[in-house]
Amino acid sequence: MRQRFVRVAGELLDTDPRVAVLLADITAGEFDAARDRHPDRVVNLGIREQLLISAASGMALAGMRPIAHTFASFLVERPFEQIKLDLNHQGAGAVLVSSGASFDYSSSGRTHQAPGDVALLGTLPGWTVHVPGHPDEAERMLRAAAVSNGLVYLRLSVLANAGPLAVRRLGFTVLRSGTLATIVAVGPLADAVIEATAGMDVTVLYAPTIRPFDRQTLRATLVAPVVVLVEPYLAGTSLADVADALADLPHRSLGLGVARDELRRYGTPLEHLAAHGLDPASLRQRITGFLDSGQADGRRPMLARSLA
Amino acid sequence: MNEASTLPGYTYDDLPGLMALMTGDEKHDLAAESTLDVLWVLYDRVLRINPAQADAEPRDRFYLSKGHGPMAFYAILTAKGFIDASELPRYGQFDSVLGQHPDRNLVRGAEISSGSLGHGLPIAVGTALGLRAVGLTDDRVFVLTGDGELDEGSGHEAIAFAGRAGLEALHCVVVDNSSATYGWPGGIETRFAAEGWSVTRGSGRDHDALEAAFAAPHPGRPRAVIAVV
Repeated sequence: MRQRFVRVAGELLDTDPRVAVLLADITAGEFDAARDRHPDRVVNLGIREQLLISAASGMALAGMRPIAHTFASFLVERPFEQIKLDLNHQGAGAVLVSSGASFDYSSSGRTHQAPGDVALLGTLPGWTVHVPGHPDEAERMLRAAAVSNGLVYLRLSVLANAGPLAVRRLGFTVLRSGTLATIVAVGPLADAVIEATAGMDVTVLYAPTIRPFDRQTLRATLVAPVVVLVEPYLAGTSLADVADALADLPHRSLGLGVARDELRRYGTPLEHLAAHGLDPASLRQRITGFLDSGQADGRRPMLARSLA
Repeated sequence: MNEASTLPGYTYDDLPGLMALMTGDEKHDLAAESTLDVLWVLYDRVLRINPAQADAEPRDRFYLSKGHGPMAFYAILTAKGFIDASELPRYGQFDSVLGQHPDRNLVRGAEISSGSLGHGLPIAVGTALGLRAVGLTDDRVFVLTGDGELDEGSGHEAIAFAGRAGLEALHCVVVDNSSATYGWPGGIETRFAAEGWSVTRGSGRDHDALEAAFAAPHPGRPRAVIAVV
């Protein structure tokens, strides 16, 4: 996805004089060609992430559409006050594009992992948060973000689904329909969720954009008020949105994702997926256990007609 | 220069009276008073800002980074026609647009919101980059910060980059009231000079000297004016 980002951002620089790319050394080499063409609009600030966000704000105040990029840990967590004040509070728009989602850089350890990025941005109003599951989706999201004026976070990952699952719309997409529960699969975990729920009588929604949270589709497709979120970042990040969407219904919900506790392991992203219980086998076990537990203690899911 | 004109009846001598209309911010009195002359010189003699045609080009941008003690700022915005004097007595009240730190989305003439220290200069770096990128080479951006505010590391990210990038449109006035807890041995201007800025140090009360400090040419470099009060 990062390579696609570099290519598409280069095209946007060529076609839209408002677009600027701000960097903090990360990925700067890949932008050399674009910087040669647009030396005033491709700016590497060095290892200065507070300045990265503040400069994006200042560029927006001068009428530009800045795209700021570095690793998620240094784009969202390190300069979080700059995001809160220099973007949100100023009323300045920007596109933040991260790479290194959650445990993408598994062998780099905790310093390069930021599974809390979406939760952090969730404390601020107005953000559109994209979690693309495929480079094609990331490209569409970046192109749309470049021509808007709002606050957009595009969370690129080395993990991806085999193919694009949503190329036309921003909200949730129904991948499968069932009656016992709704599983919301976010971004690159969709393939794992599809595999994990094979043969199960559940609805699977695909969410490549998690903010704003598509309550409408969740409600419109809801058969039983039982929802499982499968998010490739901090577990439970969007549970409050599910609770809000179902506030008028007795309901059950489960948030699966990256555990809050530090793993303190290196290895590969796939090893981290398994360690956090996000591989297909673990997901199937956890989802099945959750659905079974609801039935075992008598709290059977309500049927569609009782929701009417 | 087409500086903002002073409305009839408002001169420098009226600023204390306008500030007196605002009450309830006692802890900020010193901070407010320290910036009064610098702000006046900027708005009266330097900045090309017209409240009647806010977007007319070329124009300058003024970012009050040191948002503490904005009474002098509000008084001058009033004198220059951005704020109605009737708003001043409501300073700090729930439904007033005038808070103890300015909000650009509420205060006409405030070009950034500030209060948390260390944000204005880095934002101004972005604006200087933006003005260059869109070809507004006559426009300038001015930032007011303080020697205490420069304790924040974010300011030094901006100082280093702006100097190396040669952002001539960028002007930073540091109101130096010796409020930095550990001080700046050699003077705060040495931190700017080492990064390639054009720097000068002088009185933060002498209007003619301040005007001259802002008028001095500094081709290919950002400009820092250390205004001692």
